[in-house]
Amino acid sequence: MLKTNLRQETRKLNVTESVFRKILYLTGICIVVLIFAIFLTLLISSFPALKTFGLRFFYGSKWDPVSGEFGSVPFLVGTLITSFLALLISIPFSLAISIFLGEYFREGIASSLLKSSIELLAGIPSVIYGFCGIFILVPLVRAIEMKLGITPIGVGILTSSIVLSIMIIPYSASLGREVIQLVPSELKEAAYSLGATRYEVIRKVILPYARSGIFAGILLSLGRALGETMAVTMVIGNKNAIPKDIFSPANTMASVIANEFMEASPGSLHLSSLVTIGLLLFVVTTVIGIIGKYIIKKMSVEL
Amino acid sequence: MSEKGISFRIAKDIIFKGLIILFSVLSGIPLIIILYFIVKNGISSINWEFIINLPKPVGEIGGGIANAIIGTLILIGISSILAIPMGIGTGIYLSENKRGKLPYIVRLCVEVLQGIPSIVIGIIAYAWIVIPMKSPSALSGGIALGIMMLPVIIRSTEETLKLIPNSLREASLALGVPYSRTIMKVIVPAGLSGIITGILLSVARITGETAPLLFTAFGGNFMNLNIFKPIASLPLVIFNYATSPYTEWISLAWGASFVLAVLILSLNLIAKLVARKWKVQF
Repeated sequence: MLKTNLRQETRKLNVTESVFRKILYLTGICIVVLIFAIFLTLLISSFPALKTFGLRFFYGSKWDPVSGEFGSVPFLVGTLITSFLALLISIPFSLAISIFLGEYFREGIASSLLKSSIELLAGIPSVIYGFCGIFILVPLVRAIEMKLGITPIGVGILTSSIVLSIMIIPYSASLGREVIQLVPSELKEAAYSLGATRYEVIRKVILPYARSGIFAGILLSLGRALGETMAVTMVIGNKNAIPKDIFSPANTMASVIANEFMEASPGSLHLSSLVTIGLLLFVVTTVIGIIGKYIIKKMSVEL
Repeated sequence: MSEKGISFRIAKDIIFKGLIILFSVLSGIPLIIILYFIVKNGISSINWEFIINLPKPVGEIGGGIANAIIGTLILIGISSILAIPMGIGTGIYLSENKRGKLPYIVRLCVEVLQGIPSIVIGIIAYAWIVIPMKSPSALSGGIALGIMMLPVIIRSTEETLKLIPNSLREASLALGVPYSRTIMKVIVPAGLSGIITGILLSVARITGETAPLLFTAFGGNFMNLNIFKPIASLPLVIFNYATSPYTEWISLAWGASFVLAVLILSLNLIAKLVARKWKVQF
């Protein structure tokens, strides 16, 4: 009697155990399926546009929903210019913060103040960045344009690059700080004992050592900048043409999707073209992200 | 000659330090300006009516954002119900299976998921939910936000559970406690604060998301509790009103920004407090 009871118990236990393990396994599988489903959905929905235009989609410079001609060059150019300009503006600041927090002020009030303000900066939603951009930056840029004698529009590539650069500072700064802190103190002490000043230690020892990590941080923030939608949409001016200079209004890949997606009717070539841009965005950010993570992983293995 | 060289080097050192401090301080300025504008413009448009009223047509004074606040809460609810169990499950799976081919692929997928631009998630939710249902809905918005929550929850669960020492697990298993109970009653409770921190951070991340909601939750000026209908949310209200030409709407947008900023910052703060108070340590 007791024996059968025990056997039953054990069997029940074995069933729960295997069910539990299966559930865990399944949740893991689900994530993989999710990524493939996302990729496949984008691929299938963009098929009509890719079939109609072929490679022309990627070198055509005319985007005209009325005549049904879609080429993505204006958005590719707009995205590249805004993102790289944003990187260019943000790098001095994020590098300075990395060195400030990673070397000069590792602890103390100044460091925790700067650290929390960086965290706050990362926490502010992008729609608020865009809103503040409209009210603070646009008049400022307009004033600059007046001085330079250009049509004062205010919105455009430069405005969105500045907003973007502020938004991506936290990403590269926090990673930069981590890798700078990881530089072994023996190396630094060796340089000091040879009579190097602090500047020379940073320049000749710390930065070369942390180089690939800093590069990875910049790469990850580039990924952010490429995919950022709301703030850019609100201040870039939304014009479907290749920008002439950094003051002209333009559109990025993300902002054209945000602007036109709801206007395009389901099943139309217009919608499919927008999804193709989304697919391109997905592929590019994924590749950049994987390279960045690979560099970080390689670094942490070496240390 | 060498004396001059040394003073030159020292000067360079001082200038460099000054530049670093200058640039670091300068990068704090945008934050101060943004917070100043939100608080200054937000406070003036906030009062009790603002919280409990619905938006009014242009020209009438005294509209509020009650529907957007409720909508944001409903969206957070839907996405949490979907993402929390799934995220914790995957996190446990990854922390239990540190090596192997599948865990490696899963980890890679989580990283990819984290990097996907939010607008692309919006397209996906549109294709999966909005097209079959033929209408934007709170459900589709919740699913889009849920996908965005997943990587944060998974990562924090995995990282927290990895910190828990093996001796704890071995002690439990040695007492004859089955594997599933060891996980659910020993390992997970020990790392609970880390998991909760991750959940709070993921909620803070999606509360301000606008891009995935543009084509899914869509927004609206009415109170809506039906998850199969379009629903308003705070970020959408800010986006729609900020780009409008009417001063009343713009002041509504400032008010909504203030509410949203307070919501997100307090979520971040609570997450930080949870992490500090119930620190996972052994």
